[in-house]
Amino acid sequence: MNSVILIAGARLQAVLLLVFSAYMLLRGHNAPGGGFIGGLIAATGFVVYAIACGTADARKALRFDPGSIAGAGLGIALFAGLMAALWGDALFTGQWLFIGATEDDKGIPLSTVLIFDIGVYLVVLGAVLSIAFSLEEAV
Amino acid sequence: MDTSTPTRWITPAGLIPVAIAGGLFIWFAQMIPVIGGGDTLRYVWEWVPSLGVNVSIYIDGLSLTFALLITGIGALVMLYSARYLAGHVHQARFSLYLTSFMLAMIGLVISDNLLALFVFWELTTITSYLLIGFSHDTAKARRSALQALMMTGVGGLALLAGIILIGTTAGTFEMSEINAMDGVLKDSVMYLPIVLLVLAGAFTKSAQMPFHFWLPNAMAAPTPVSAYLHSATMVKAGVYLMARTHPSLAGTDFWLWTLTIFGAVTMVFASIMALRQTDLKLALAYTTLMALGALTLLLGNESGYTITAAATFLVVHSLYKAALFLVVGILDAQTGTRDANSLFGLARALPITATAAAIAAFSMAGFPPFLGFIGKELKYAGAIAVASEPIFVAGAVLISSALMVAIAGIVSFRPFWSKSGTPIPNVKEAPWPMLVGPVVLAILGAFFGIFPETLATTLVNPTVAAIIGNAEPAKELKLWAGVNLPLFLSIATFVLGFTIYYYKQKLRGILIGMTTRGPSFDNGWDKLMAGIASGSKALTRTIQTGVLYHYMIVTFGTALAVLAVTLWFRSTGIPAMGVPQVELWDWLVFLLVLLGAVLTLITNSRITAIAGLGVVGIGMAMIFILYSAPDVAITQLLVETLVVVLFAAAALKLPHLTPEPLSRRWLDALIAIGLGVVTTVILLKVTTGPIDRELTTFFETSSWPEAFGQNIVNVILVDFRALDTFGEIAVVLIAAISIFALLKAKPEEEK
Repeated sequence: MNSVILIAGARLQAVLLLVFSAYMLLRGHNAPGGGFIGGLIAATGFVVYAIACGTADARKALRFDPGSIAGAGLGIALFAGLMAALWGDALFTGQWLFIGATEDDKGIPLSTVLIFDIGVYLVVLGAVLSIAFSLEEAV
Repeated sequence: MDTSTPTRWITPAGLIPVAIAGGLFIWFAQMIPVIGGGDTLRYVWEWVPSLGVNVSIYIDGLSLTFALLITGIGALVMLYSARYLAGHVHQARFSLYLTSFMLAMIGLVISDNLLALFVFWELTTITSYLLIGFSHDTAKARRSALQALMMTGVGGLALLAGIILIGTTAGTFEMSEINAMDGVLKDSVMYLPIVLLVLAGAFTKSAQMPFHFWLPNAMAAPTPVSAYLHSATMVKAGVYLMARTHPSLAGTDFWLWTLTIFGAVTMVFASIMALRQTDLKLALAYTTLMALGALTLLLGNESGYTITAAATFLVVHSLYKAALFLVVGILDAQTGTRDANSLFGLARALPITATAAAIAAFSMAGFPPFLGFIGKELKYAGAIAVASEPIFVAGAVLISSALMVAIAGIVSFRPFWSKSGTPIPNVKEAPWPMLVGPVVLAILGAFFGIFPETLATTLVNPTVAAIIGNAEPAKELKLWAGVNLPLFLSIATFVLGFTIYYYKQKLRGILIGMTTRGPSFDNGWDKLMAGIASGSKALTRTIQTGVLYHYMIVTFGTALAVLAVTLWFRSTGIPAMGVPQVELWDWLVFLLVLLGAVLTLITNSRITAIAGLGVVGIGMAMIFILYSAPDVAITQLLVETLVVVLFAAAALKLPHLTPEPLSRRWLDALIAIGLGVVTTVILLKVTTGPIDRELTTFFETSSWPEAFGQNIVNVILVDFRALDTFGEIAVVLIAAISIFALLKAKPEEEK
């Protein structure tokens, strides 16, 4: 497809979707969202971009091979799960760190659960794009 | 494997295994005083306590005898291999396999926990597979390796089933505890299945008729492997298992008869087959089978004579047979042939080899004063003591022992001392690392023959005690037991043996004629394998048509059938129905879904159909939103969007939908409507009953305090059930890879 309007719109939309996906990923623990949804939104962004500008450009914009992204995501999720062993807990037990926590405020919560969710995000993003790109290239 | 040219053989790959085996031998040897004194050692570490799986080591006379044979012969064989395979491209790989095998075999004989024993059992099967297939560039080696793997693997599965039955019957997997419980297995209703399954494992591993044919084929492995795995150690794992379970399983008529018949048939069959062979290695392989048969036969009984005979013969056989295999390896390496018809008078060229071969052969033939003589006398004494059919058993022992005399002559006398042919010229004696093994093993056979009480007190008596307890003391090992029936039988053996040796060519001719006309187990195996392959091909062609439509029909049809049948039998009454009291919004969404579905059904355009399906999906998402499940709704919405986009990309290139014949659509309609109705009924039934809120309450109350999250869905996904999610994303990745591979791999004709 060679539509200037679509290309211009898709670029903007892809960026917005990517930012939105990060937002959905991070808020997931307390509000609707999370790694799965975030990954799907990010994938939608790239799919839109691929439809407008072609898969070659989309692959370039992604920088990494989608399959590698998915694989890395699985590795990160596993790593997050295994980290629990460092604290002597059962595997996949969430570990939390509250930076600057006070009596009333939890501060900035960091956790292996978040790392795990980032892994999920990457797997979903990579897997969907791997399918989408090769499907579009095949037809 | 030319050893005449000097090769650098002092390499880490060659000598590290020798050090490991030697070290372990010393470690086990220092236990002799303790075990010989009648004690046993036991160490336990809990491994999977919830399943009762322990890493427990139990060392009694039986374990120690095996461990010493494994490590002692192992050290000698590894020294031999270091020289035999020096300079081989894959020598390091060979050493790794052989050392792994040795460690697995040690694990097998010292494990008390049956499940651990099973793991080691399988490890020996796998390492044996790797070693038989070591020369993997020949089709014969690959076939033999696979055959051995399948045969022993099938037996291994049976053994696993037997072990689980033992564990559930006895309440523990620790063999020492089970053996201590008097009659816990024998009096159980599961006794027969247990014995059948355990024996299936033991008989395949120890190559009893009719599972024997993999063992001669396993001679495709390098000779040190044949000497070590397929003669001295691995094939004795089955014997070990029968001995280990003997206290709990033996003593019934069934055990007695099964072991006696299988053992006797194997013993006689194998010794006759051994005479037929001209390949010295194959002849030895069949004599190994004979020994395994004899051990099985002896273990069928409970009397002191037979068990002492078994324990002694186990040691005797390992010593002389490993020595003879190594001798044949030397002959092969130095002359380039193992054919009995082309090896003559090599004693002058190979003096040390010839001497070792002679001593080992004397032991094998059972001449005094070698250990083999004592072994044979005990076998006769044991055979006479056999409760069932002493004449049958003693006759079988007589025939096979006589044949052993003849074969000992063929393997060790003829190649070295016979003058009936010209010796191969320019043969040099083997280098010393290859001579140590045969010489040491042969001398040990002679030493124990002259001083039998050294063997009796250190190994045989504790082994007998481990098998039949202290109820009946082990019989004394002595060279001169007086003028008795075993002595007369021994003399008869020698007479018969020499006669067979004298007429061996004629007999071999008759045997070859008989075996080529008779049915062949090996061909039967090939037919079985071909049958399995063609059967599964036919099955695959029927089930996997490759047409997506068929898969859908089968999948949904099966779902419908299963649900409908369950509903019919497990539930009564028609659920209450009525017009639900819901908002106008709900009705609108319902209408939207219905319209989308109808659109999908009636259109001839793929794009329209996909859009129609998308409408259905979005309608579902709206229902999720209306009933406050935003996470599910968002996911559903995104997935629907992506699916429509992806399908659209593909659908653009596909031809228009052609209307299906009406008859086929009736079937579709039937399945679709049926599934819809059944699902609706089930949902109605489910919602009329009280809903168990236990899980919901748990997640509601513990999500925030324990996992610091307010979004329960996400908390479940990433924290409470993170392992499930991990499995799911792994599936997502696998699906992506599969689709990628499908799309990238074009069919052959398109290339």
